[in-house]
Amino acid sequence: MSGVTPARGLDEAMFDAGPASGSPSRPGRRIRFRGLGLPIYTVLALLFLLIPIAYTFVFSFNDSGKLNIAWQGFTFDKWTSVCSVQGLCESFGNSIIVGLTATVLATALGTLIAIALVRYRFKARSAISLLLFLPMATPEVVLGAGLAAQFLTLGTEKGLLTIILAHTMFCISFVVVTVKARVASLDPALEEAGRDLYGSPSQVFWRITFPLLLPGIAAAALLSFALSFDDFIITNFNSGSVDTFPKFIYIAAARGIPAQVNVIASAVFLLALVLVVVAQVSRAARAKRLAKLLP
Amino acid sequence: MAFTAFSSQAAVEQAPRKRSFIALVLLLPGIAYLLLFFLAPLISLVITSFQAPDLYGDIGDYVTAFRWENYTDAIGEYWPLILRAFGFAVVATVLALVISYPIAYFIGVKARRWPLLQSLMLTLVIAPFFISFLLRTLAWKQIMSDEGPIVQFLKSVAILPSDGHLTGTTFSVIFGLTYNFIPFMTLPLYATLERLDVRYLEAGADLYASPWTTFRKVTIPLSMPGIVSGTLLTFIPAAGDYINASRDFLGSTSTAMVGNAIEANFLVLQNYPAAAALSIVLMAVILVIVGLYVRRAGTEDLI
Repeated sequence: MSGVTPARGLDEAMFDAGPASGSPSRPGRRIRFRGLGLPIYTVLALLFLLIPIAYTFVFSFNDSGKLNIAWQGFTFDKWTSVCSVQGLCESFGNSIIVGLTATVLATALGTLIAIALVRYRFKARSAISLLLFLPMATPEVVLGAGLAAQFLTLGTEKGLLTIILAHTMFCISFVVVTVKARVASLDPALEEAGRDLYGSPSQVFWRITFPLLLPGIAAAALLSFALSFDDFIITNFNSGSVDTFPKFIYIAAARGIPAQVNVIASAVFLLALVLVVVAQVSRAARAKRLAKLLP
Repeated sequence: MAFTAFSSQAAVEQAPRKRSFIALVLLLPGIAYLLLFFLAPLISLVITSFQAPDLYGDIGDYVTAFRWENYTDAIGEYWPLILRAFGFAVVATVLALVISYPIAYFIGVKARRWPLLQSLMLTLVIAPFFISFLLRTLAWKQIMSDEGPIVQFLKSVAILPSDGHLTGTTFSVIFGLTYNFIPFMTLPLYATLERLDVRYLEAGADLYASPWTTFRKVTIPLSMPGIVSGTLLTFIPAAGDYINASRDFLGSTSTAMVGNAIEANFLVLQNYPAAAALSIVLMAVILVIVGLYVRRAGTEDLI
């Protein structure tokens, strides 16, 4: 498993410190061997990261009974009977509802904060920065227990709403960090030009600022959805009897996971992978087009 | 609260007042949300941690009090779990750093000439995020189970005794923590190493520094911001984690961490004050460690 020794890769990183460090007197074969250590280590490490994903994917085709542990033979049945497991599709639907709602709320609130932090000077800045940093520096179990204690004191019934409130809270800081970088790289002269051309403040925002910020906002929204969709610890404290997809897995883990869980997880994985690859390819294509336009 | 600062500033001149007003409008909804659903819960956690059992109520009924013994009782009962949580988190963080640094170095520095390879490898680093954290951990549990190939192999070469296990041990819990947080470590390391100017490394070599010295005196200091954020992003969630150490995942009762005690006390035993006291202890220790670490590493602006 972790049989690849990190020391070797580190060694390579050091010895490859710069092109100038390769002395010409060194025999050629040795240099080539040295140069290969780091790439080989990296590929092995990446393969190691993928082991549980491959396992989950392969076992989504297992012709198993209630327990999905030993390999029983290949079947597509689990992919066509996903919702036959009681509560599974309902929990998945809950995760989607929570993820979308929390993403919209956190992205809106966080984007406004990010704009204010970059564009305006105010005295409470350090206190606000601390308030934004702390949720990221607090372990999830403390965030979850704190909210649960508050809902207990207020007598709030736990359910879908309390999960959404919790997820929005921990997503805001991540949205601020992501969007802030984009706002900082925005040239204020573009908005000034809009105002000079008699654009109203709302026109300037929606026609200039917002489209320029959109890539950062989209990245923040994706991050929020991913964080919310995969969250278990905070959800566990604030969900009452409502199940999300991770909570379904946690409860099922005590008696054995049905293969349909692997089906949903594999499908989500493939969808996310396709989205990321499409985004990367389109970005590369756009960069190429831009490069052609410039002399 | 924090917004009183605006009024004094706004009184000075006309233009900044208008701008501060806009800033207030932009900040108010989000900051109010965090005050209501982050800060207020922390305060109720502190209040809960001092509550005393309601003598006339059911199990799980508590009244506001100042019962300091909640802390001494909880620490007295659970100190091995607190120590274990921080011990496991430190080991997992160091392992994740040692494993991730070469990965990040290769992707961020060596693979610069091939942008497509770079983005493909980055996608593979974040790929584990696309599949449920719990499911990844369960997959390792199956792979490391007694009937699994790894245990069979280790037994056949007599590294593991014939009645030995991998799951439910200190090894499997630290292994799970390390595995799960490698992407959190690699990404910030990559972000700083990607901007590393290799001419500094060439300069080191030109000045007759050995590759090891160049690495230690140039590469490491230049990548310090990535090391700091990577170790924090790993250490903090690892110290509070209770999935890897849970009996149904990679742990057993003898590997329980403080997170397991908080979960059990809050959600099963309904001993809210004990869970709250343990949460406050966990958070306080983390804040002290993070504060000292950030000051020593010299990175102040984290957000």
